[in-house]
Amino acid sequence: MATFSVPGIKVSGLAACVPRKEVSNYDYRWVTVKEREQLVKTIGVEKRRHVEKGMATSDMCQKAAQSLLEGLHWNPAEIELLIFVSQTRDYLIPQTSNILQHKLGLPTTAISLDISLGCSGYVYGLAVASAMMNSFGISKALLLVGDISSLNSAYRDKSTYPLFGDAGTATALERLEDAPQMYFSLEGDGSGYKAIMIPDGGMRNIVSKKSFEYKKIAPGIYRTPLHIALDGIEVFNFSLREVVPNINKLLAFSGQELANVDYILFHQANRLINESLRKMLKIPKEKVPYSLNKFGNTSSASIPLTIVSELRNIVLENDLLLLLSAFGIGLSWATATIEFHRIYCSELLEL
Amino acid sequence: MALNIHDFIERIEDEFDELEPGKLKPDSVFRQMFDWNSINALVLIAMVKTEYNVTINADDLAKSKTVRDVFKIIETRYHE
Repeated sequence: MATFSVPGIKVSGLAACVPRKEVSNYDYRWVTVKEREQLVKTIGVEKRRHVEKGMATSDMCQKAAQSLLEGLHWNPAEIELLIFVSQTRDYLIPQTSNILQHKLGLPTTAISLDISLGCSGYVYGLAVASAMMNSFGISKALLLVGDISSLNSAYRDKSTYPLFGDAGTATALERLEDAPQMYFSLEGDGSGYKAIMIPDGGMRNIVSKKSFEYKKIAPGIYRTPLHIALDGIEVFNFSLREVVPNINKLLAFSGQELANVDYILFHQANRLINESLRKMLKIPKEKVPYSLNKFGNTSSASIPLTIVSELRNIVLENDLLLLLSAFGIGLSWATATIEFHRIYCSELLEL
Repeated sequence: MALNIHDFIERIEDEFDELEPGKLKPDSVFRQMFDWNSINALVLIAMVKTEYNVTINADDLAKSKTVRDVFKIIETRYHE
């Protein structure tokens, strides 16, 4: 039973924030000019945003949340649930959601909790938040989702460094008696936990002197065990094996048809994976927006960031059926179909 | 429908701009034809998956030298 629906909860608004500092893959001096062009073409990432030293994921989520509360005229005192989804939290302990609860001025009676998920995190976060709201009778909630993967990737690792960008997002959820069902299908396979991994720095391999030693993994790939390691072929084959059946399973459960979906929002993994999925599903290009070229793979933030940066004017003025498909770290993957009814959407914010 | 190695070659040529059309032969060695790197490997794996719905992995590629070697793998795993 990983396929279910949640009634009576609607998405009321969205906001996203990226750092001001822009980094171009055409300036990535670790590889040749020819390789840079090949990278941009294949992974589809031209530019990315990187945080300045000292900036944390919660800073961007906070700015997004404040803009959202203002835009919706919501009082922080009304918020009863705050969920923070990230794999780049501010501190090892304590949990970041509590810090955000305080900084945003939420009451101490608000439930706040962290969820550790990356690429699939937005869809999982929506599922947990809406299901909690539905069963606990919560009226208003904030889902804050983001990552700063730039800090985890080694400059001399061409398999990760050109891919990732930083972003933080906020989604406002509200109880509404006659809101349409949200449909979810959540799955995972922990046998693939090594496919995307930072081996050291947790409790299994605590930081030691060896954690700082660079190793040559392959030509053009040097990193330490404190950097993210990504098995490109494994992740590619996993995505193409699991994503399409999960989408079809959800549509069979919800009785919806792909042809009636207005936009399909994929986690912005890389162009090769996303275009392969689009071709397998036979979806026209105009239904699949990308923010990848401008912001890179922003991990958990990629779906809400893509909506804010690519569809803002459309979500402001239209009623839409969206299909969200997120997949990656874990391995973990999830699909959702959600109706947006002229939601509030801030302009893309910078910090 | 039997698979045809010449169709496979055409599809590879479509995917890689740096290949001059007509130059790639069944017995061409990938590594000699162009700068073979992990990105090219992924592009080839993606094409095989989307065009033939066949999954090939890093091991398959490590064991394959020529266009024909990869084509044989596709043939054994292909379902119409």
